[in-house]
Amino acid sequence: MEREKVLSIKNLSISFKTSAGEVNVIRGLDLSLHKGETIAIVGESGSGKSVTMKAAMGILSNNGKINSGSIDFTYYRGEEVVHQDLLKLSKKEMRKHINGKRIAMVFQDPMTSLNPTMTIGAQIMEGMIYHFKTKKKEAYEKAVELLELVGITDPEKRMKNYPHQLSGGMRQRIVIAISLACNPELLICDEPTTALDVTIQAKILELIKDIQLKTGISVIYITHDLGVVAKIADYVAVMYAGKIVERGTVDEVFYEPKHPYTWGLLSAMPDLNSTESELYTIPGSPPNLLHKMDRDAFAIRNIYALNIDLKEEPPMFKVSDTHYAATWLLHENAPKVDMPIELRKRIDTMLKGVN
Amino acid sequence: MQERKPLLTVNNLKQYFKISKKFTVKAVDGVNFEIYPGETYGLVGESGSGKSTIGRSIIRLYEPTAGEILFNGTNISGKLSAKDTKYLRTKMQMIFQDPMACLNPRKKVIDIIAQGLDIHHLYKSKEERKEKVYQILDMVGLSSEHANRYPHQFSGGQRQRIGIARALIMDPDLIIADEAISALDVSIQAQVVNLMKDIQKKTNTAFLFIAHDLSMVKYISDRIGVLHLGHLVETGTTEEIFSNPIHPYTKSLLSAIPQPDPISEKKRVALSFDYATSGIDYHKGANHLIDGTHYVLATESELATWTK
Repeated sequence: MEREKVLSIKNLSISFKTSAGEVNVIRGLDLSLHKGETIAIVGESGSGKSVTMKAAMGILSNNGKINSGSIDFTYYRGEEVVHQDLLKLSKKEMRKHINGKRIAMVFQDPMTSLNPTMTIGAQIMEGMIYHFKTKKKEAYEKAVELLELVGITDPEKRMKNYPHQLSGGMRQRIVIAISLACNPELLICDEPTTALDVTIQAKILELIKDIQLKTGISVIYITHDLGVVAKIADYVAVMYAGKIVERGTVDEVFYEPKHPYTWGLLSAMPDLNSTESELYTIPGSPPNLLHKMDRDAFAIRNIYALNIDLKEEPPMFKVSDTHYAATWLLHENAPKVDMPIELRKRIDTMLKGVN
Repeated sequence: MQERKPLLTVNNLKQYFKISKKFTVKAVDGVNFEIYPGETYGLVGESGSGKSTIGRSIIRLYEPTAGEILFNGTNISGKLSAKDTKYLRTKMQMIFQDPMACLNPRKKVIDIIAQGLDIHHLYKSKEERKEKVYQILDMVGLSSEHANRYPHQFSGGQRQRIGIARALIMDPDLIIADEAISALDVSIQAQVVNLMKDIQKKTNTAFLFIAHDLSMVKYISDRIGVLHLGHLVETGTTEEIFSNPIHPYTKSLLSAIPQPDPISEKKRVALSFDYATSGIDYHKGANHLIDGTHYVLATESELATWTK
């Protein structure tokens, strides 16, 4: 099957001007997403997950500067295929043609992303009326349909509700309904379930998957919860200090992780089956990106670091056709280092449980 | 083991909030549990189940509507005498969810941590005060040079450490941690949880750990209480709850925990539990002993169907 590219980010580099100097937040990032697939971006806070997506939406804050790179977005205008570099569009053009219409975003906190003074019906219809000049009656019908799609009972009654009358999980459903109103090609979810509790989180994740099956939309999912990634994603990109350090299919990254940072992230998750008394932690803290980085950003926190890590930044090494990792450990001259024993054991028991 | 005297006993605690003449929210509706010295009791449940309210009622940020709370043999639920207040305010401490919002941005770390000491006059000289703060900072993995900085100069994990230091300096018997790690990301969560366990080993402080992340709760708690709509539906040791959940709500909670295992994760369907359609009335149920310390809130017939 031919996979159509929807979004392709090449060599993106973003910096922010601050009083302390220029901070290089994104340092040469490559990422591509195909139609109907879900890619999850994981990493610590401050690794640049959200900034990347904000750049794609053209909503970077004012002190942000894009130094280089391109974000190519492919979409259909009627029958015609359009390739567009989103970074070349002005803010006005973005709002008119892209934001909400082709790329929609779901934010973390459903209370602050909804307008408290408008009924939820009006908020769902707003985008359709603005972008497509839909007749009010049509828009109303579509809105009711959408509410049904996101699993809200009594949709017609709910249309007249205000956000404060709904619970957190319901509000996040409304936000998803709004984002789907214009049939976008791409849905960006920025930690949509972090503020919700586990049972509701499970329902929202199932909802997003369900919608993807029905509409064939592509999804970028930003999170730091690896359990969520395992459930929802087809592909995973692990970010560290403004770069992608490992990417591959979920199975590859979870069962055959190659980068020491990914090992650390996976080990830090508490395991329901283990009885170990101490949780693994990644030593140290993320690097200060104020300084130019000419070595592996993870080297100082990495117990497997080689001498070369302190001198030169590793390129992406190919593990398989879909699996890449940026660590010198994969170089042919590197000593053979395997993942920590505990993690190996944990993965083995997981794989055994399946068979 | 069973001879131990509980540190905290909560008997039939009720906390109602009167919204209007006709409408009262029953946030906590008759909850019983005990915490023993040096153990961690995990309180889990969805948002709105009353977990935080329980924590806040115990430390008396709210006035409990009814019920009895015994802390080290002292009744701390009714009107408090000056002596009891002082006892409660030193020996029970709280760690809050948002490490940025709970630290005064205009105070230096040393003053934030020493505030409790200042109020209760627990030092003789400036030197002693400084010494105490440095000791605590060291204990939570920060260094003495951090003492003269302001909260905004710290990362989220470090701020939470300051929050823990502030609670620890009073040498409390019980610390209530209200979603203390929910706002942090995975690797930092692990650091803070390890720190809390370490401290517990050293000081024998008991923790009431309130959270909705069951995998962390399992990891840190000795015993767990599952809360739903203001009722404690199931309680027992961590082992008992996780290996043999009885109540349908507990089962649905356990089934919803995401695991970092893509193959089983893709197949897993979370059980759902809806109180309105389940036909269960929490008011009718009574606590039934399953075994050991494992109790379930149920009527006789409900218990029979769940354990079948």
